[in-house]
Amino acid sequence: MPQKYTILTKAALPRFYPVGKYATIEFRENCAGSCKECVKKKCVYDIFKDNYLHMSKMEEPEYLYTCNSCFRCIQECTKGIFSRVVNPEYREIGDEYWTPDVLNRTWYQAHTGSIPVSGSGYRGPFVGKGFDSMWTDMSEIVRPTRDGIHGREYINTCIELSRRPERLAFKKDGSLAIVVKPILEVPLPILFQQPDFGVQSREVLVSMLKAANTIGTKMFMNAADVYEDLIPFGPTIIPLIKKDTFKNYSELIDRVDMVEIEYEPDIEKAIISLKAINKNIIISVGLELRADLDYAGICVDLSKMDIDTIHVYANTNGREFESDNPRFIKDMLRDIHLALIDAATRQQINIIASGGISMAEHVNKIIICGADGVAIDLPLIIAMECRLCGRCKKGLTCPVDLESIDPLYGSNRIINLMGAWRNQILEMLGAMGLREVRRLRGEVGRSMWFEDLERESFAPIFGERKVSIDVG
Amino acid sequence: MNQIKYQLPETRHTPSRFRNTIGKYIVKRNSNCISCGKCSEICPFGVHIKPDHHKSPFRPVEHNCIGFDCKNTDHYCIEHCPEDALTLKENPLLYTMGDYRWPPEMLLGHFAMAETGKAPHVDLEYNLGNSGGGFDMMRFIEPDPGVELTISDEEIDTSIDLNKTGDGRPLKTISIPCYGGGMSYGSTALSVIVGRARAAKRLNSLTCTGEGGYPPQFLPYKEHVITQVATGLFGVREETIQHCPIMEFKYAQGAKPGLGGHLLGEKVTKAVAKMRETVVGSSLFSPFPFHSVYSVEDHKKHVDWMKEINHSVLCSIKVSTPTDVDMVAIGAYYAGAHIIHIDGSYGGTGAAPDIAKKNIAMPIEYAIPKVHRFLVEEGVRDKVCLIASGGIRNALDVAKAIALGADGCVIGTADLVAVECVRCGNCESGRGCARGIATTDPELGCMIDEEYVEQRLVNMYMAWRKQWCDILRTHGLKSIKELRGRSDLLVHLDYLDEEERRKYQPAPRYKMVL
Repeated sequence: MPQKYTILTKAALPRFYPVGKYATIEFRENCAGSCKECVKKKCVYDIFKDNYLHMSKMEEPEYLYTCNSCFRCIQECTKGIFSRVVNPEYREIGDEYWTPDVLNRTWYQAHTGSIPVSGSGYRGPFVGKGFDSMWTDMSEIVRPTRDGIHGREYINTCIELSRRPERLAFKKDGSLAIVVKPILEVPLPILFQQPDFGVQSREVLVSMLKAANTIGTKMFMNAADVYEDLIPFGPTIIPLIKKDTFKNYSELIDRVDMVEIEYEPDIEKAIISLKAINKNIIISVGLELRADLDYAGICVDLSKMDIDTIHVYANTNGREFESDNPRFIKDMLRDIHLALIDAATRQQINIIASGGISMAEHVNKIIICGADGVAIDLPLIIAMECRLCGRCKKGLTCPVDLESIDPLYGSNRIINLMGAWRNQILEMLGAMGLREVRRLRGEVGRSMWFEDLERESFAPIFGERKVSIDVG
Repeated sequence: MNQIKYQLPETRHTPSRFRNTIGKYIVKRNSNCISCGKCSEICPFGVHIKPDHHKSPFRPVEHNCIGFDCKNTDHYCIEHCPEDALTLKENPLLYTMGDYRWPPEMLLGHFAMAETGKAPHVDLEYNLGNSGGGFDMMRFIEPDPGVELTISDEEIDTSIDLNKTGDGRPLKTISIPCYGGGMSYGSTALSVIVGRARAAKRLNSLTCTGEGGYPPQFLPYKEHVITQVATGLFGVREETIQHCPIMEFKYAQGAKPGLGGHLLGEKVTKAVAKMRETVVGSSLFSPFPFHSVYSVEDHKKHVDWMKEINHSVLCSIKVSTPTDVDMVAIGAYYAGAHIIHIDGSYGGTGAAPDIAKKNIAMPIEYAIPKVHRFLVEEGVRDKVCLIASGGIRNALDVAKAIALGADGCVIGTADLVAVECVRCGNCESGRGCARGIATTDPELGCMIDEEYVEQRLVNMYMAWRKQWCDILRTHGLKSIKELRGRSDLLVHLDYLDEEERRKYQPAPRYKMVL
């Protein structure tokens, strides 16, 4: 049997104590001191193990990150001296989109390589904005593709980055009448992307490239940042270039499989020139999803040119650029995907989506909306313990010393995260009864949307909805 | 005169297992206290206790304190303390408890109901969560004046019939419109699942084995225990089908639709492995789906097989809520099911990938009316019992689910909350639940006993029953069966004009940290 693609993970402990959600508080002045029933000794999770002798040592305990919220210390202490608070630092990390919970879960996955599993049911809001306003479907009994958790190695997560011919044509003798270009594919629908902020030390970039190289994916990075010592990662790198300056990187373009050129009007000539430098090169065009652009129309035009992939960028929170009322990437992708279908070019071209992909579930959801795959940046640095504190933007030191991260360790953390994400992608594909991720592209029939469910189930009962649905 | 229909089980005060209870308020007594006992004399809620033979009062029983509402009474301990030794404030611990679906007050409210068998006397919001949608946005309408009935709780019928097919099999009736969801031997402590069975017997309801086999301790209560046949077929034997009044095919589970059951290796102890006929310490991931079922015809074969093994058994089909749940339901009915059990995506579990809990399949609030309507249109609604589960947390959720079209509900998480689960979510691995509920650990599993579980559950369901009776009485209904499909009695706040919306209790908006 041929070897199946898998991502091998290996636990990578955090270098710095992660910011935990809860802090346990002790009112020590009321402690009995020599209590034989001390709850610290009885903690099921042993979080107090280094601090049993607290009365004599009086060190400030650090229970953050490890408290599992069982409340037993609080409820069983003979003197009732324990309480808990939400860690104020936890409230401060991340932002409205990259919530502390997203960061915490990303750290966990980068640490363990495991998917988050828990008991008890779902704990969040009924519905949310963006990706949280859609659910994926599942198939109740018809499941020819999967045998429980076993057999999911048969689910293919491969996507192509090269253009597909519209159709094959044959000569009378049966030989091909068209030139079929080489196929470029990656084994999972996730590419990496150099973040546009944060510590960009060589160690950080090498960590990302090493991880991409190990798992067989590729990384978009500024051509200007591809120094000579990164050349060994050549096939992994997708240099980002511009129409006016790409000729400065001719040597680099000649050595890589794929390149991305930023969208500008009249880009076709530049594409022809690129092919002249490297005739086999796979070309992606990067397009910012700006409110002032007819991006669906531009994508249709691009799809008719001799390019392979369109890489659309939303902002880091998945929103449209330069808009007072920015749309969310899932809705923008739907427009682009449908426009390409109308133009009958969707099958030839690939769409990679960037921006707002913060969790594994977002990969599947954006593919349902019409992308072939995604490119991620912030999850890569979060995997390396970044707290999105933004200190680096102000020229201040990084609290987790990203600058000097060991690339071996950094890549281990990123590989773990990707291993966990891929397993989650497989869980969802398996539940949907799909055997390959390419079948999921644009497959809205495998999803349920808040506005549709409200209309179908509730409108016949409650009539017209008076509070507008804001799920964008 | 109306006839009294049911002998209700007795409620009994069953206090917390833990020394320090958690209350909405905290009452502190400082060193100025001279132990005069004034506070214990005046507090009618038992917050302050000073037995005669004790020199000092006990630490305040904070969960009984009604908080600042007490200011307007003549028994406000803070003002009556001659030494100003008492302070009162809201408990900041609540900010670290609960979640959007089970906010802290809902947890505390259910602790109180399980303790006393009555609605909490503290101002706790135990009927509405903070999820911002579904049941949390639905309210029962203001009833028409004059429709309210003046009958006692005992005269109100809260029973439901589980066999409506008229196929000659037993007409199984349970006295409350809900029964216990499957919790397996292995995922949950034996004392908890047996306690649930004991409570089911007293409540004339049911509980379910889950897919962990049939421990012999269930036998005294076998008329109230459903045998679950899930894809792992753990512990499924002819005799366990022959014991049961109802068998349940679990095709899928709301918390992890499309995935099989998960029991991680650390919980597979010697006893669990023996019961499941597996290997100690080896994780058990049940397959999905049934290997033998790839069509509704295959499914019918399964149902026929069970019916042949036990000629009086009723068949329940538990499915999740995919977009075609209505088609699945009608298929299950035509294959011979007596009960169609739909399990929504926000339901509980002993272990599931977080990605599945949040993202796969639809919430039960959408599935109930969809299936109910389809069964009505197909003309079979009165031939089948529709049971809903998955995110049904409290008495009002049950009533709303019935008004949307279900006959009754299956309850899981609330049962565990009644025995003081705080929903920390650590059921799945290691030694399991630190509070002794969802664990097979020999030490932790002893934290809880059957009698405690039984009585706490009886108390909670009797408190729920009071709420159902209030709703029915208010709307002029004598039986919960009359409530089924009465979605005209419900409003959804998002579907009301602003002025109309103001007439109803607003949705809670606790600030949650995610």
